[in-house]
Amino acid sequence: MEVNYENGLNLKATELRLGLPGSDEPEGQTTPRPNKRTSSEISSSGLTDDGNDDHQASAPPAKAQVVGWPPIRSYRKNCIQAKKNEVEGGTGRYVKVSVDGAAYLRKIDLHVYGSYPELLEALEKMFKLTIGAYSEREGYNGSEYAPTYEDKDGDWMLVGDVPWEMFISSCKRLRIMKGSEARGLGCV
Amino acid sequence: MGSYSSELKRSKDSDESARRSSFPDEVLERVLSLLKSHRDRSSVSLVCKDWYNAERWSRTHVFIGNCYSVSPEIVARRFPRIRSVTLKGKPRFSDFNLVPENWGADIHAWLVVFAAKYPFLEELRLKRMAISDESLEFLAISFPNFKALSLLSCDGFSTNGLAAIATHCKNLTELDIQENGIDDKGGSWLSCFPESFTSLEVLNFANLTSDINFDALEKLVGRCKSMRVLKLNRSVSLEQLQRLLVSAPQLAELGTGSFSQELTIHEYEDLESTLSNCKNMHTLSGLWDAKGIYLPALYPACSHLTFLNLSYAALQSVELAKLLAHCPRLKRLWVLDTVEDKGLEAVGLNCPLLEELRVFPADPFDDEIVHGVTEAGFVAVSFGCPRLHYVLYFCRQMTNAAVATIVQNCPDFTHFRLCIMNPGQPDYLTNEPMDEAFGAVVKTCTKLQRLSVSGLLTDLTFEYIGRYAKNLETLSVAFAGRSDWGMQCVLGGCPKLRKLEIRDCPFGNAALLSGLEKYESMRSLWMSACNVTMNGCRLLAREMPRLNVEVMKEDGSDDSQADKVYVYRSIAGPRRDAPPSVLTL
Repeated sequence: MEVNYENGLNLKATELRLGLPGSDEPEGQTTPRPNKRTSSEISSSGLTDDGNDDHQASAPPAKAQVVGWPPIRSYRKNCIQAKKNEVEGGTGRYVKVSVDGAAYLRKIDLHVYGSYPELLEALEKMFKLTIGAYSEREGYNGSEYAPTYEDKDGDWMLVGDVPWEMFISSCKRLRIMKGSEARGLGCV
Repeated sequence: MGSYSSELKRSKDSDESARRSSFPDEVLERVLSLLKSHRDRSSVSLVCKDWYNAERWSRTHVFIGNCYSVSPEIVARRFPRIRSVTLKGKPRFSDFNLVPENWGADIHAWLVVFAAKYPFLEELRLKRMAISDESLEFLAISFPNFKALSLLSCDGFSTNGLAAIATHCKNLTELDIQENGIDDKGGSWLSCFPESFTSLEVLNFANLTSDINFDALEKLVGRCKSMRVLKLNRSVSLEQLQRLLVSAPQLAELGTGSFSQELTIHEYEDLESTLSNCKNMHTLSGLWDAKGIYLPALYPACSHLTFLNLSYAALQSVELAKLLAHCPRLKRLWVLDTVEDKGLEAVGLNCPLLEELRVFPADPFDDEIVHGVTEAGFVAVSFGCPRLHYVLYFCRQMTNAAVATIVQNCPDFTHFRLCIMNPGQPDYLTNEPMDEAFGAVVKTCTKLQRLSVSGLLTDLTFEYIGRYAKNLETLSVAFAGRSDWGMQCVLGGCPKLRKLEIRDCPFGNAALLSGLEKYESMRSLWMSACNVTMNGCRLLAREMPRLNVEVMKEDGSDDSQADKVYVYRSIAGPRRDAPPSVLTL
């Protein structure tokens, strides 16, 4: 089995892809099917763009967030998150923000902002990009970027769907998706 | 027992049994009434018609592992004298959000039948069922003798339902609410127990987050003199805990509330002294946010501990080691991986009687974590704990050699659940698949009943499982295998297989259909994100009319793909309460 150690990770071993049984691809794994509940079950580390390995060389590859894995009951996951929120300190609500293609992550305090437009404007300024307007039907369709977040259950959701208060209490981290993945989110 | 025999004589079979059996019915029923295990009872009922009847009249507890395998009417017809019911509903993967909302497993239809046929019902234990507040209220008012309610991993209800139980169940001895998707609307439900109510023996509300009225709780604990199990929620402070324990030193199982309040020296000493009075304590849990400096207060209470659940307390290795030095009798230990390998070494050194170990990940979704436990910790435990037979282990690295050593040290495993958290990860030292690890497990552990596999696995793992795992009943597989052959090996071997759950594996129709005859001897099969198609499922449904074949479709997926398949045997026929996203073939 060909083993490709990129950034110290054996990406080939963890790569999820379509393959017939007995084909020369050693892992005949299936791709996770697009799922309305999660805006991104698809890893940026190789699933949708097979030849995209050099895209990974600069940024730490965002790991595949697979629904229901590792197999931990929601109740326990929520307890973990509640604890992390407390530890991450008192009144601040700091979450990590990653942008596809950026060399390193940033951290912002969600409590500083009072609404989605404020948050999005701050993100646009911080990363020098344009996210565009949110619409319930189309998401951020038309923009090159789509802001997503990981919620308490470990699912990846589109920013803007739920009321602001619910968002800041359930948001664990942000990821600004770029390119074709982002455009596809408008119609999910 | 005299009343039993007169009822039996009224039945049609009574003449036959009086003629044929030289064994008086009364004696037979008396003997059978001593049988508790539902498997023994099932065997007994197959001996002959007399025994079938004697058994069904004497059975007081019924266990139903899949609520859709049978209907409440069928149950009530066969077993007229039930006082205790255990019911399990949704497939296990619903715990991990893989089952759609409103899938089913609603308890209400069962309660309606029970209210008519079992008005003296005393106990109801539910796992992965949907239960509404209306159902809880119906339960509370329909069964005057109702004593014990246990809800584990259920959803659909709120604290209002608990209020109904507290208000109406005058004979309640047990209220056990564990890890449910409960809508916590506040703690006032606890104040609904009337002041005249004194029968409670088991109270577990650790699941809930809201503050309860401590005054009401203190009074309740004070007047329920038979209380032996008390598991508090996080809102109860250390100081409040101390006050509760003063009036309940007889507790056998204690779940503390939050273990991190700022205490004065005096308060700390009070706590320590009160805990040392709890001479019956064999189970300890809770310890939310436990601060290392307060753990020594527990030491005097630990000498008889057999079960310590630290899975919500992020202890460091040194803290755990010091605590375990006081727990020589420990048989079951649950911890977070914050204790690391060093903590597990302490387990191996201090707990020679250990039978069960569960290590949960404190940070399962954070990639940057380089801590947690490795194969070294597991190996260390295996050297010190030869009686280990149940393990659940979440880790980020494992080797084939380590697992081989572990099972050599502990050959009596009945439950081996290993979760290498990165899907499809090989042996990190040799880069080989983890096939030999699980091969060693099934070859060495002949008593193995339950196995969960992980890591990079080829079909060889499943060849081993099919060939060697003669007592295996439950198998969980994720991100593993290379072809249909893997699943075929399992279905062709494993004579005692009852539950098979598979996700994200390259098994398709050939594999699915190779188990045609097998599925009727199993409770259920789950396959999601595999290569099974709708046509394969239709074929299965056509060939095996006594199986229910259900497919859950996801939005936007290919029409021909069977995204999630759930197959189970049933004598109740296809179910009628499936939501639109679930297709019954």
